[in-house]
Amino acid sequence: MRNAFLDTLFELALHDERIVFITGDLGYRVVEKFMEQRPQQFLNVGVAEANMTGLAAGMSREGKIVFTYSIANFPTLRCLEQIRNDICYHDANVKIVSVGGGFAYGSLGVTHHATEDLSVMRTMPNLTVVAPGDPVETRAATRAIVLHQGPCYLRLGKAGEPTVHTGPIDYRLGRAIRVRNGNDLTLISTGGMLQTAVKAADRLSAAQLHARVVSMHTLKPLDVNEVLAAMTDTQAIFTLEEHSIVGGLGSAVAEVLAEANGPRLPFKRLGIPSIFSPHIGKQEYLLAQHGLNDEGVTRTILATLKPSSSRQNT
Amino acid sequence: MPPDVSISPSELARRIRKHSVLMTSQANAPHIASSLSVADILAVLYGRILHYDAERPDWPGRDRFILSKGHGCAALYAVLAECRFFPMDWLRTYSQDGGHLAGHATHKCAPGIEVSTGSLGHGLPIGIGMALAAKRDGKSHKVFVVLSDGECDEGSNWEGALFAPHHKLDNLVVVVDYNKIQSLGHVKDVLDLHPFAEKWRAFGWSTRELDGHDLVALEDALSGTPFEQNRPSCIIAHTIKGKGVSFMENNLQYHYTPARGDELSRALAELEAQ
Repeated sequence: MRNAFLDTLFELALHDERIVFITGDLGYRVVEKFMEQRPQQFLNVGVAEANMTGLAAGMSREGKIVFTYSIANFPTLRCLEQIRNDICYHDANVKIVSVGGGFAYGSLGVTHHATEDLSVMRTMPNLTVVAPGDPVETRAATRAIVLHQGPCYLRLGKAGEPTVHTGPIDYRLGRAIRVRNGNDLTLISTGGMLQTAVKAADRLSAAQLHARVVSMHTLKPLDVNEVLAAMTDTQAIFTLEEHSIVGGLGSAVAEVLAEANGPRLPFKRLGIPSIFSPHIGKQEYLLAQHGLNDEGVTRTILATLKPSSSRQNT
Repeated sequence: MPPDVSISPSELARRIRKHSVLMTSQANAPHIASSLSVADILAVLYGRILHYDAERPDWPGRDRFILSKGHGCAALYAVLAECRFFPMDWLRTYSQDGGHLAGHATHKCAPGIEVSTGSLGHGLPIGIGMALAAKRDGKSHKVFVVLSDGECDEGSNWEGALFAPHHKLDNLVVVVDYNKIQSLGHVKDVLDLHPFAEKWRAFGWSTRELDGHDLVALEDALSGTPFEQNRPSCIIAHTIKGKGVSFMENNLQYHYTPARGDELSRALAELEAQ
């Protein structure tokens, strides 16, 4: 996803001089092309995220479309008040980009686990929160946030995520993409968990459960209609995110369901409990430890639907 | 240039102080002493230095001004009203329910407020972004940022202080309102900044110290920026917290309480006599 983002942004920057890419001294062997070929649109601020974020707000006030770029929690939590006051309150045209959402930098330890960012960023007024599900969505999201006037947060995985969308997609901010149809249950995922959602759906179909899979690539504004459609059309809803179950996708969907006038369905948030992961290991290992690989997800879904997978009216 | 140069900086400063004392008193709002210490700096900036057009506050060629010490905003609102950015009677609504003017500098509430401040340590990085954009776009306007001394405790300022000289932002001017008192006491007791000017010089800023109530010295320095090519300028303005109202001067209490009861008439009488 990182490369999909950087390649797309570089192409856009070649044709739009307003685009400025600012890094907090990260991106070894991936940002050099930008630095060398577009020096007037590139800036390395050093390891100084508060200055980076305030500075980005200042540049945006002068008409620039500014990207701030770093990894894990550095461009978000480290400089949260600059995001709130300088970017969001001023409705500044700044796009905050974090590489390494969730456990992407898993083996580097808890300091590098971005597991609360979506929750925190979702509370910021004026901020559009985007977590694309694969490289195809990442390219489309990058184009979309450049066109969108106003602050955005783009949460990416790292590298090597598989392409889920094999054909063209209709990507619009705030509009979920239905990746697979099914009427037994709905699996709503955000970010790089999309591949896991699809694999879990494959496993479930072996158990004669037909899962609708939805990529909720925009967490804010949430596609409320797609959530309500899942409530109406299917008989259980599961959310899937590489993030704390507090405040992220699961919470956002739960808020919609709790206020909706509709049937009460089996519903569960699949994600990371509100803990610092005690495990040491790479992304795949950590996800498995937290039941977030396709096998674990399938197991949890089946256990939740048992003893009854039919609609429960209360 | 300033639209009305018929008002001298000294008269403008006096009016800023009177407005600020009244506004904070009527609203029972804090930070009067912070407005009084910065009044002369603002009077010289708006009376003599800044390029602006009050009828077109977003005129692209304007100099950018950021009051990073957003708690001194009564003085900023006052000078903006005097310079006709908005009607004078808005000042009466300062910090009042349903009023025009919030208790920290707020860009949403009045024309002429470049950015909202109030949480300390935000103004300099924003100003740096504006200055960098101007440089890259070949624009000739300048960016002025006024900091408080207390806010120089904030690490974000020193991130910015490191950045601006490295990028040769000689279109950027910082003025520190060094009134020596912060929220809970004297700066030297809370978190000493000494040697303050040397710190800025060591970071690469072309730095001058002056009496922040000497209007001529302020005008000389501010009109002479950049002090050196390829370096940002820093002015350490030695000021007196509460300057101009004798019983408020160097008195921590007036970081919090406005003129109350007969203090108001005493303060206004003192300012009238100046």
